Amino acid sequence: MKIEIRNLHARIEDKEILNGINLDLSSGEIHALMGPNGSGKSTLTNVIFGHPMYEVTEGEILVDGENITEMDTHERARKGLFLAFQYPVEIPGVTVGRFLKRAVEIKQQHREAGVTSGSTMPFVRELREAMEFMEMDQQFINRYLNEGFSGGEKKRMEVLQMLMLKPSFAIMDETDSGLDIDALKVVSKGVNRLRGPDFGALIITHYQRILDHIRPDYVHIMYKGRIVTSGGKELVTTLEEKGYDWVRQQYGIEEEANEQPVESR
Amino acid sequence: MSSQSKAVEVEDYKYGFNFRDTSVYRAPEKGLSEEVVRSISSHKQEPQWMTDYRLQALKTFRQKEMPNWGADLSTLNFDDMYYYAKPVSKQEKRWEDLPPEIRETYDRIGIPEAEKKYLAGVGAQYDSEVVYHSIREDLAKQGVIFSDPESAVREHPELVRKYFGTVIPYSDNKFSALNSAVWSGGSFIYVPPGLKVDIPLQAYFRINLENFGQFERTLIIADEGAFVHYIEGCTAPIYTTDSLHSAVVEIIALKGARVRYTTIQNWSSDVYNLVTKRAMAYEGATVEWVDGNIGSKRTMKYPSVWLMGEGAHGEILSIAFAGKNQEQDTGGKCIHAASNTSSIITSKSISKDGGIASYRGQIKVDPGLHGIKSKVVCDALIMDADSKSNTYPYMDIQADDVSIEHEARVSRISEEQLFYLMSRGMDEAEASVMIVNGFLDPLVKQLPMEYAVELNRLIELEMEGSVG
Repeated sequence: MKIEIRNLHARIEDKEILNGINLDLSSGEIHALMGPNGSGKSTLTNVIFGHPMYEVTEGEILVDGENITEMDTHERARKGLFLAFQYPVEIPGVTVGRFLKRAVEIKQQHREAGVTSGSTMPFVRELREAMEFMEMDQQFINRYLNEGFSGGEKKRMEVLQMLMLKPSFAIMDETDSGLDIDALKVVSKGVNRLRGPDFGALIITHYQRILDHIRPDYVHIMYKGRIVTSGGKELVTTLEEKGYDWVRQQYGIEEEANEQPVESR
Repeated sequence: MSSQSKAVEVEDYKYGFNFRDTSVYRAPEKGLSEEVVRSISSHKQEPQWMTDYRLQALKTFRQKEMPNWGADLSTLNFDDMYYYAKPVSKQEKRWEDLPPEIRETYDRIGIPEAEKKYLAGVGAQYDSEVVYHSIREDLAKQGVIFSDPESAVREHPELVRKYFGTVIPYSDNKFSALNSAVWSGGSFIYVPPGLKVDIPLQAYFRINLENFGQFERTLIIADEGAFVHYIEGCTAPIYTTDSLHSAVVEIIALKGARVRYTTIQNWSSDVYNLVTKRAMAYEGATVEWVDGNIGSKRTMKYPSVWLMGEGAHGEILSIAFAGKNQEQDTGGKCIHAASNTSSIITSKSISKDGGIASYRGQIKVDPGLHGIKSKVVCDALIMDADSKSNTYPYMDIQADDVSIEHEARVSRISEEQLFYLMSRGMDEAEASVMIVNGFLDPLVKQLPMEYAVELNRLIELEMEGSVG
């Protein structure tokens, strides 16, 4: 899968948050997207998935050459996109097992042909195996989705879903936030398991930590609704050493003189 | 006379079909009068005491004001209804002996099939009369009585006179008075001491005529230590004018008995459903109401349990779905009249496409009692900005040694929940249904399997095509 984001502008209510994003993503690649709070990372995620609160005012998103900018969220998912949420919502009364079974069924109906890693293992066996791999209690199958889960359990559940759905490309929105080192290792292990020519990911994070476990091929830095610089893994080290102030100094000075800081979420 | 031409096609209500009027007798005119009441009574060849009871109730009905609370009844016109129609000249014990239209009605609803699979007895009412009745032979031999109330008046006058109208006097409210004046059909059940009826008895209520009032009357007596589960379902054709269903249901659970009463109400969207249901639970007895309200134009119904003896327990599960042009004013009441009694009321409602779902309930504890436990939980889910949910939990607690819990939650189906499910490939309609089913899941789990499936299916039909 090839995703091309071209000159993407988007707003929520009257607030412009994305100011011309250009980004090429593809299966087989791991990208990291870093940037300070309020730079628009979560907005970019929501816009890629067509969240109804956000409005695209300019530009487009192409998936394998097809413009998906106006597509419904579920149609984007059916193409093989996956979003690991920063704050997964609770769905009371819907068990993990029932929910995942349905999601896997839909995936099989809509994308089995295009995905080579599709498994022939029966659903329940595959789910149990994936849970074991994610070091999750099998009891979770019968629990209501995300209800009463700890922060770490919710994040594992996101990665578990990703393992089951085997997307062509995943956006992972601060999956590392609030995780202790053990949970971080498990989550990273899940991502690395899928790593290969048929899977790509955009890992959104504030910190180097997760990128020590999932080594990115490309690193992008976002500031004030734009990708201000891109590079390889070394960019992470620079950022870690010099901090976001360095980004602000490099790319923000002129704008800050006449603009209010932009907050996302 | 045919009203077929006036029937309105509505796709998602599967039971909206109707047949021509084949009644062997019908009240000659619309509206309510002493003549109509007398003619119903004489058609049933009732004893004088019942005729007098009806006439007295009619007087009371005329004296009582319409309720000035609850659902909007301003368009209900008592003069624009037929109050009695007798569909066949006699009740049958075999489905194949019914007239073809009537038989087809029940086939389409699936009653004969359900009877074979998981019921111990069935009563099927068509307009004013019970046209079919059956009970498993072994139960009849053990002394279980399951019949229409008219037969009970003739065959078991001692039981009927002892209990009829004692739980809900005709003077209770305007609609109990109306029912008491013109009642016709319904069920009469008596379960002898210690006998447990292992699988459910079911009654099915069908209105076929237009501008029609159905007034069934049900009396259930579970003798000491007995158990019975009674299930009722109901549907009607869709017309452009209104019909009225106003039932009275009385339950007596004697010492140590248990009665479970399950309703899946799926009237068409032109039926006013104004029903009084109440149970007396004596020492150590348990009464459970499972009250599912999916259909009707307006429903006002608050099943009640009066806890009359120590150790009695009352439980009410109320599920309401209010869609377009619907108002469900439902809930439950538990009256603690003895010490060491307990009650639980659980209500789940969904409102959608401008529907109004209101929970209205009451917990009352009489003075001087001790060891009272009560819990009320109300959950409401609002699907869109046009729809409404109200909660009216009345509490009248006059004793000290009482433990009362009350929780109420109102939630809107959230954009974030829909977005989450859609990001996993579900379209908006499926995502909504999944959220609604999840909301109902803890309650639906408590229904017998067949009815849980039926309820889920009905909810899915209600949800279909109206999202997005």
